[in-house]
Amino acid sequence: MLQSLKNTWFFNVRGDLLAGIVVALALIPEAIAFSVLAGVPPKVGLYASFCIAVITAIIGGRPGMISAATGAMALLMVNLVDQHGLQYLLAATILTGVFQLILGQLGIHRVMRFVSRSVMTGFVNALAILIFMAQLKELGTLSWQPMQVGDTSINIPVIEFMHWAVYAMVIAGLGIIYILPLFTRIVPSPLVCILVMTAIAMYFGLEIRNVGDTGALPDSLPYFLFPDVPLNLETLMIILPTVLSLTVVGLLESLMTANIVDDLTDTESDKQRESKGQGVANIVTGFFGGMAGCAMIGQSVINVQSGGRGRLSCLVAGVVLLMMVVFLGEWVSQIPMAALVAVMVMVSIGTFSWSSLTNLHAHPMSSNIVMIATVTIVVLTHNLAIGVLAGVLLSTLFFANKVGRLMYINSTLDESGQVREYRVIGQVFFSSAEEFVAAFDFREAVSRVVIDLHSAHFWDITAISALDKVVIKFRREGAEVEIVGLNEASATLVDKFGVHDKPDALKRLSAH
Amino acid sequence: MSQIMACIDGSSASPAVCDYAAWAASRTGAPLSLLHVLDRKQFPSEKNFTGRISLGGSQKLLEEMAELDARRSRMALEQGRLMLEAAQQRVAETGFSQSTTRQRHGDLVDTLADMEGEIRILVMGRQGEDGDSVGAHVGNNVERVIRTLHKPILLTPASFRAPRRILMAYDGSETTRKGLALIASSPLFMGLDCHLVTVGEDNARNRNLLEEATNQLRGAGLSVQASLLQGHVDSALRSYQRDNDIDMIVMGAFGHSALRQFFVGSTTSSLLRSAEVPLLVSR
Repeated sequence: MLQSLKNTWFFNVRGDLLAGIVVALALIPEAIAFSVLAGVPPKVGLYASFCIAVITAIIGGRPGMISAATGAMALLMVNLVDQHGLQYLLAATILTGVFQLILGQLGIHRVMRFVSRSVMTGFVNALAILIFMAQLKELGTLSWQPMQVGDTSINIPVIEFMHWAVYAMVIAGLGIIYILPLFTRIVPSPLVCILVMTAIAMYFGLEIRNVGDTGALPDSLPYFLFPDVPLNLETLMIILPTVLSLTVVGLLESLMTANIVDDLTDTESDKQRESKGQGVANIVTGFFGGMAGCAMIGQSVINVQSGGRGRLSCLVAGVVLLMMVVFLGEWVSQIPMAALVAVMVMVSIGTFSWSSLTNLHAHPMSSNIVMIATVTIVVLTHNLAIGVLAGVLLSTLFFANKVGRLMYINSTLDESGQVREYRVIGQVFFSSAEEFVAAFDFREAVSRVVIDLHSAHFWDITAISALDKVVIKFRREGAEVEIVGLNEASATLVDKFGVHDKPDALKRLSAH
Repeated sequence: MSQIMACIDGSSASPAVCDYAAWAASRTGAPLSLLHVLDRKQFPSEKNFTGRISLGGSQKLLEEMAELDARRSRMALEQGRLMLEAAQQRVAETGFSQSTTRQRHGDLVDTLADMEGEIRILVMGRQGEDGDSVGAHVGNNVERVIRTLHKPILLTPASFRAPRRILMAYDGSETTRKGLALIASSPLFMGLDCHLVTVGEDNARNRNLLEEATNQLRGAGLSVQASLLQGHVDSALRSYQRDNDIDMIVMGAFGHSALRQFFVGSTTSSLLRSAEVPLLVSR
């Protein structure tokens, strides 16, 4: 027991402590930015980040992964907060946690197999784009103003610009973030960006939006409170759509990030435990006044990059984050939003998979379509869940279409000219059933037809009914039909069919 | 075919591990296998606290880290191979020429647990690679191995001396009964002097225990000298070992739960720390 504690908590204390601090510094601006994004006070995102980080560190399944309030989740809450307020969001957060806990127990992590590489790439790209787009409203507002042209009025877009200092700060901030690491790798460059910009804003007394203007910051440790919503069906109906999206996106991003951390650290992790841990973390967060969150791709990468490997790193990140915010609250409120924008732009650029653009010409068209469709749908709906579902659906259709082409039927006529033998080779299922029927020549006048299915696989009921149809059609033409090898061909029909662990079965299957 | 498995690492304990393993292999006639486990627990020490995600994010980081690991692993592999060759050489010098070598990636304890079916006796140094400088420090892995593996484990000191007199610490518990059975049945102990010691009150129960055990060993054809000692278990055993020039102690593994041991310690761990002779721990 002590040994296992040591193995997941204290095998890399120094690395975890340092990495945890680096991550905490990066988490503060993100948690604030995502709160602003969701339309809640920064307090909500910061409490959430603290609770989620601490709890997933302890009960999650992937040591070294960072979970907190995230952009993907924040985007899903916008409408709920806008229409019903914060209390409904807290209720939604708790219910999301309950769903995730149940799904985790049921083994939802296995469903990840159906999310193809292209969908995942689409997911991260869409996420990057959304985070980037969310920054734009800090840089100006777009409105449509009526304008008289002659005697008709038309609407034209008008961009209302911010104070010039905002733009200067974003550019200077990005400069610091990207150029400083070339000189030193010891200090976190986003932190330096925030410190410098805050100092400038305070010194010159610039009249620009800062964190204090977005809402309340924490002034104490989070405390337990029950969401102030009526516990009835109506409430459930209000929060359910948001809850479903949050559940799906949270689990998906967590499992995806866990895979990324697995790859980076070359270790395995317990995905089921991670899903359940995520659920518990969200339940607790909801009761402590925080918004739902999940694992963070960018922060987990930063953690591993900074040398964080164990559970301790995520715990330290959460605790340090809260301490800094609670004790340095008045300073934190002075941080100009422009500095946060610079940090978030860095996060979105880092999250975007740039190789997916260069791979566009190398990858098959169907994969590209899936990826681009996922991105497009997410950007249009602002809902990652819908985008992922669409992506999964599309990749399934493309796959079915591809496999459906793996079917070939040839035929021979015996010398008497009375017996026609058809040989079916390949996959027969819903996507290829129509083609299967079309391959037979029902107009040919023969007295006997033999259909040899030894090299065919019948995958579903559609395939069987297509075969029935063929048999009936031949009978109507007066031909006698004989089917050979149906048993082997329809072995694939049985849902219990699996050959992962029976190489001889696989051989039999492909040999028949 | 189960074999004598010797854990070789870069520590100063390895030569003695080789010698004891060769001794065990030649006495039992079991094949000898020298094992080196590459445990990649040290991480790239590239100091990067920039908190900046570079273009291409995780993909780029993955490539950098993989490259770093690859370089380190190649060196470690090579180093391990040389260690194993040296170990094989040393074993050959003792006149035992058919040892095989294996290298595995992963955690030492997990690897041994996977191989458990092939192990007849596991031989490992009492102190791991990092424990060289610390006198009383027991290798970090030793305790975990003992708790995980259900095979006899021979923990070797820094230098080899062919065992002639063995001491069996006996208290009638399940694990020590197994130890007794091991001594009675294994060719390892054939012809050695066996000292059977129970530490505890001088009462009828303890005397009976000792009597039974002695008869069991004599029945197996060993020469046995039994004693009942008073006092603190480990100090009593230690002084007995010194006074009688004992050169191997056979004992049962941890008797208590890990939790209890955390608070009160156990004879096994204190002997592990202090014994100057090899310990054969039976499970």
